Amino acid sequence: MSFVPTPISRFFHRMASPPHFYSLTNKLLPWLMTIFILLLGYGLYGGLYLAPTDYQQGDSYRIIYVHVPAAWMSLFIYVVMAMAGAIGLIWRIKLAEIMVISSAPIGASFTFIALVTGALWGKPMWGTWWVWDARLTSELILLFLYLGIISLYGAIEDKRRASRAVSILALVGVVNIPIIHYSVEWWNTLHQGPTVTKIDKPSIHIDMLIPLLTMAIAFKFYYLIALLQAAKVELLRREQNSQWVRSMLETET
Amino acid sequence: MKPARRNRLFLILLMVAGVATAATFALQAFNENLMYFFSTTEVAEGKAPQGAKFRLGGMVVEGSIERPDNGMMVRFVLTDYNKQVTVEYTGILPDLFREGQGIVANGRLNDKGVFIAEEVLAKHDENYMPPEVADSLQPPEVQQ
Amino acid sequence: MNSFAEFILMGGYAFYVWTAYGIAFIVLLVNLIMPVVQRKQFLRELALKQKRIRQ
Repeated sequence: MSFVPTPISRFFHRMASPPHFYSLTNKLLPWLMTIFILLLGYGLYGGLYLAPTDYQQGDSYRIIYVHVPAAWMSLFIYVVMAMAGAIGLIWRIKLAEIMVISSAPIGASFTFIALVTGALWGKPMWGTWWVWDARLTSELILLFLYLGIISLYGAIEDKRRASRAVSILALVGVVNIPIIHYSVEWWNTLHQGPTVTKIDKPSIHIDMLIPLLTMAIAFKFYYLIALLQAAKVELLRREQNSQWVRSMLETET
Repeated sequence: MKPARRNRLFLILLMVAGVATAATFALQAFNENLMYFFSTTEVAEGKAPQGAKFRLGGMVVEGSIERPDNGMMVRFVLTDYNKQVTVEYTGILPDLFREGQGIVANGRLNDKGVFIAEEVLAKHDENYMPPEVADSLQPPEVQQ
Repeated sequence: MNSFAEFILMGGYAFYVWTAYGIAFIVLLVNLIMPVVQRKQFLRELALKQKRIRQ
């Protein structure tokens, strides 16, 4: 973009330069880790202990504090991944390509957690582990999209070409995201409708809502930590012949 | 933006729009199958399949639960606050099954228009609150 | 909740609640540890390779 003032574009170029990214990550990680552990500790204590029992579902509803934030993350990470894919495809930025493939396993993990904790919640409340309703089925498709992206990347030898193929697949899969989100409104599903993201006001008691939002923010920090860790490995693999990796290797070992 | 980049951006937007359109058409074609259950009004008006298995969803009417033969068979009435359908079920009910609860039953209609369920699943709503708050909301707000 | 025992029992849903949290914890922990292990291993291999080239 030619109209962007030079200091800003220079900042982005510096950020996107691999050695700078690598050293910045090392400085950031302890801070991110501290914030994550504090948020997680408070979220779990609030959700499992402080929050009152639900009038209908008893204590089984406490699965919400891992199920819902994980499901939100499964969608959030997919959108981030697809956006990074578009940036990588258009501007050919190496770091964006790395973000795509480093996000995929984390997104797949959160999708898996959302499905498994959902089954463990569905069994006592609904009376079944699984039903083929629109919400559950579209979330399962999301898991397959993530797994497809991971295996496609592994199948192509040239990693720059692999990144391009994977980014296109990620962008195609974006249609599934609004389908997952609106599935409970568009169709009669066994899955409940939205609790927190309703337009008027959340239909959850404030004492139950605070730990839920805390867990959601904690998971965002978790994603950042796991993403940076995975990106470092991918960056080293791709840049193993470059000067900065060699000089770093000499100082570290 | 350089022309090559603009072209790539345009191509990506075109691709996403194309896939979105295809998905919209596909979903519209499958819309009927994606309906996880039929409402009691649809069943009462004969819109549900006759003789075939389907799912029926609705609220359990207050005071309608009975066990006619003192056995395992439960009979109750489902409503969507418009039309009602009687359901018979033999088996274990989920924890959440109670009067006023939304449920989904899988089964078929018999020739008397009674729904013979083979499976009963509870559908809970999106409200979460402590029991004290739920009690203070009594009497329950009249629905529709 | 009033007592530790009640906390563990989860109103009779202990199996479902604790299994859900247990599985989530394990999956998230693996995701955090794997890249660290992979990076260390890769750097070790790379250092070995460079040593061999220099000799």
